Amino acid sequence: MTALITSVCAAAIVYAVSVLYAAVGEIFSQRAGIMNLGVEGVMLMGAVSGFLTAYYTNSKMLALLAAIVTGALLGLIYAFLTVTLQADQTVCGMAFLTFGSGLSGFIGKNVTGIASPVKFDKIALPLLSQIPFIGDVLFHQNLLVYLMYLIIPLSMFYIYRTRPGMILRSLGENPAALDTAGINVFALRYAYVIFGCSMIAVSGVCISLAYTNFWNEGMTGGKGWIAFSLVAFSEWNPTKAALGALLFGGISIVGMNMQIYLPGVPSQVYSALPYLATVAAFILSTGSFRKKHTEEPAALCCSYDRESR
Amino acid sequence: MGLANIRLERKQVASLGRRILNSVLFVLLGFAFSGIFIAALGFNPFTVYAKMISYSFLNLRGIRGSIMAGLPLMLCGLSVSAAFKMNLNNIGAEGQYAVGALMGGAFALYGPALPLPLRMAVMFLLCALGGALWAMIAAVLKAYWNVNETIITLMLNYIALLLMDYLCYGPWMAKRQTTPISEKIPQELYLPYLGNSGINAGIVIAVVLAVLLYLFFQYTTVGFQVQVNKYSLRSAQYAGINVRRNILIILGLSGAIAGLAGFVQITGVVHRVQAQLPGGSGYTGIVIAYLSQFHPLAVILVSILLGGLNNSCSAVQIMGVPSQIAAMIQGCIMIFVIAGEFFNRYRLVLKKPDTTAAGQAEAVESKGGVGL
Repeated sequence: MTALITSVCAAAIVYAVSVLYAAVGEIFSQRAGIMNLGVEGVMLMGAVSGFLTAYYTNSKMLALLAAIVTGALLGLIYAFLTVTLQADQTVCGMAFLTFGSGLSGFIGKNVTGIASPVKFDKIALPLLSQIPFIGDVLFHQNLLVYLMYLIIPLSMFYIYRTRPGMILRSLGENPAALDTAGINVFALRYAYVIFGCSMIAVSGVCISLAYTNFWNEGMTGGKGWIAFSLVAFSEWNPTKAALGALLFGGISIVGMNMQIYLPGVPSQVYSALPYLATVAAFILSTGSFRKKHTEEPAALCCSYDRESR
Repeated sequence: MGLANIRLERKQVASLGRRILNSVLFVLLGFAFSGIFIAALGFNPFTVYAKMISYSFLNLRGIRGSIMAGLPLMLCGLSVSAAFKMNLNNIGAEGQYAVGALMGGAFALYGPALPLPLRMAVMFLLCALGGALWAMIAAVLKAYWNVNETIITLMLNYIALLLMDYLCYGPWMAKRQTTPISEKIPQELYLPYLGNSGINAGIVIAVVLAVLLYLFFQYTTVGFQVQVNKYSLRSAQYAGINVRRNILIILGLSGAIAGLAGFVQITGVVHRVQAQLPGGSGYTGIVIAYLSQFHPLAVILVSILLGGLNNSCSAVQIMGVPSQIAAMIQGCIMIFVIAGEFFNRYRLVLKKPDTTAAGQAEAVESKGGVGL
């Protein structure tokens, strides 16, 4: 029983991290005022570019790099559309969803269902992994999980405790004020969108090279959307996003395990759990019945246009 | 100095002809961009495109196939367009299609054998009702609690498809079958073909719906209110428009139309309920709606083109080109058309360098442009 609980908790963390990269990336992007609805598409592109690189080069580090570069390129296009051309961000997001899922399916066709020679294996951290239970759950994980342990506190520090972080927050609240203060709104928005998309692409690598070592068309199965809704759920705060992701991870993994113990219930019910949880979380966190002041960036989704300032 | 000579000028309204020309140009650029990826996989994009076009559009059989494949897409495209007229992002046409198909399918498979016209009509209404109900979940949440409909409609897609999977792998699965399909529906529920054209009567439903939608937005009070909503929520509220009611009407309508895609596909093509029946039509509907600028009549034409695009995959699959080529091209086109939109609002102007500072200041003032 203890072994089961340990494995469920450890698996929940892996699941959580695979949406968390995307959620943190999206938090940065949205804090800068640009909403990227195409998370799912970018994630798929990250997954396929990482997988293809791992498959042909046998190097997982190159794979990670390839995904980051792919994400950055997509981010560049996205920023060009939304910042420079001031296109509607919802429509752009949907275009990226279509583009990412189509292109990833297209270029990944030849490697569908083939196992990659390398993947991000679990590494037991010396000493720390010896701690009973906690060691097994937290410190017997893959590299991407360990990186996430650093990213959460670092991003918290960056957003809330540094000067660039303060500028980032203002970027999503009042870009005109920043512009007046002589800060280049356009360049910063480009930077954060590109950073966000790279992080989202890393999420894809988590799925295709850590969670499994296969590529399948559409394999993210809605995780991009879960990440997207986590952002509002977490009130644009990386720590809360981490907690939310753990909650989603827990629900999905418990669902998968219940399938073994309660085979009478149709498997589709368990598969639907994360989606149902997302709907519930999204309603609870964004419904107007909430009296609390929300953290939503005031200029989210508004293109900044000097002419109409 | 080079770039400084190119200036952007804001245009007021681009004429319809200009906008269409602009779209066509950027669609072509989208194809060119996709060509890069096709070439990257080691195929000659020109050969691939030539094969695809000649398969789908240069012969009667191909055109017929394109129209048939475009039929569910039309309904999904109309569904997305209708919602977008009020700035509602219904990206759940896929799920509404599925639930419509399930409700209509349940009646066709297990419902009472009513006399024919009635039976068909009941199935039609049930499909529409199924889609509408599924969309209503998001509509009620949006109308009463202002919950963003984008995420909810999308998440409901996954849930609807899982429900469909469950039924088709489980209680509805046909006997002696290993694939997730139901028994065939009664033959009298098959949609008739239009003469010997090889096209079924579903096309009539789609065209009539498109015309009705056009008239609805053009000539009815609610249709007008919806467009006021789109451009300014505040004006709508100030004018005493019942925004809440309109959200329910429009999303319900949008869902009902998507549900009808289930009707035409079951009665006209597959004649049974099967898992993954929508097969991405709902998402293609988003692309169609955008490419046709949410104009119901343009949706019909664009759907046939994208239906043909989807069909033409099989022509190049023999060469080894992945069938995902259609989805990839759609994505590229959409990105380029969005970029092209910019040039409906602005134009690039090449200016001779004006060296005097006064001249430059004057130019900026008179044209209200931005330097690039």
